[in-house]
Amino acid sequence: MQFGILVNEGPYTHQASDTAYLFARTAIEKGHKVPRVFFYHDGVNNSTRLATPPQDDRNVSARWSKLAADHGVDLVVCVAAAQRRGISDDILAPGYRISGLGQLVEMGIQYDRLVTFGD
Amino acid sequence: MSDMDEMDDGSGIIKKFMFLNRKAPHGTVYALEGLEVVLITAAFDQDVSLVFTDDGVFQLMKGIDTKGIEVKDFSKTYRALEGYDIEKLYVDQASMDARGLTEDDLIVDVTVLSVDEMANLMAEQDVVISF
Repeated sequence: MQFGILVNEGPYTHQASDTAYLFARTAIEKGHKVPRVFFYHDGVNNSTRLATPPQDDRNVSARWSKLAADHGVDLVVCVAAAQRRGISDDILAPGYRISGLGQLVEMGIQYDRLVTFGD
Repeated sequence: MSDMDEMDDGSGIIKKFMFLNRKAPHGTVYALEGLEVVLITAAFDQDVSLVFTDDGVFQLMKGIDTKGIEVKDFSKTYRALEGYDIEKLYVDQASMDARGLTEDDLIVDVTVLSVDEMANLMAEQDVVISF
């Protein structure tokens, strides 16, 4: 099955991004496809490469990047939400790209399921 | 918004999208940014329904004035939805009752649904996105 994932909250304050990541990783491990993850609202804050969390904690941004590198997951950050919050191309972590909301709607149209993680 | 009129994912597929608006119009950004997704989805010629439930019913209240909190008032957008062929607007009866609201308090025409009717409507959808 193809899953689209929508992440609506930023890292650390909310568990949404962690749960979305674990869901995506597990779905892939079980043989499903996660072609794309879309970051919206404060979810765009997951995409920055500037975060330096303590060594004994997970790095939310970086583990999404690794999932993208290992499994070809397309990490899409909403441009309008990103511009509001000061996220731009020059601070994106590897694997993320900035694009429009149409990329979210496409997930709903083309994939078997669209799963939202957020408040 | 004319740049959104021609959007197409190329598949020709039309799915039933429901947007579940659960939060007050101000206090958080969900209502404002959620509305953006609604408009884009309509631009993709999808079958769009909007549901207002819980504090989301406040999004449609008449007389919203945001001057005092110095944020953008986007409530006029709900009245413009018709222009995007978004005509299926539903509100949850229990949420209205709990907040002392009736249809006369709202800026647009809506269909008021019971919990059971709402559940049936949700079950018919292909995609439900909650803001």
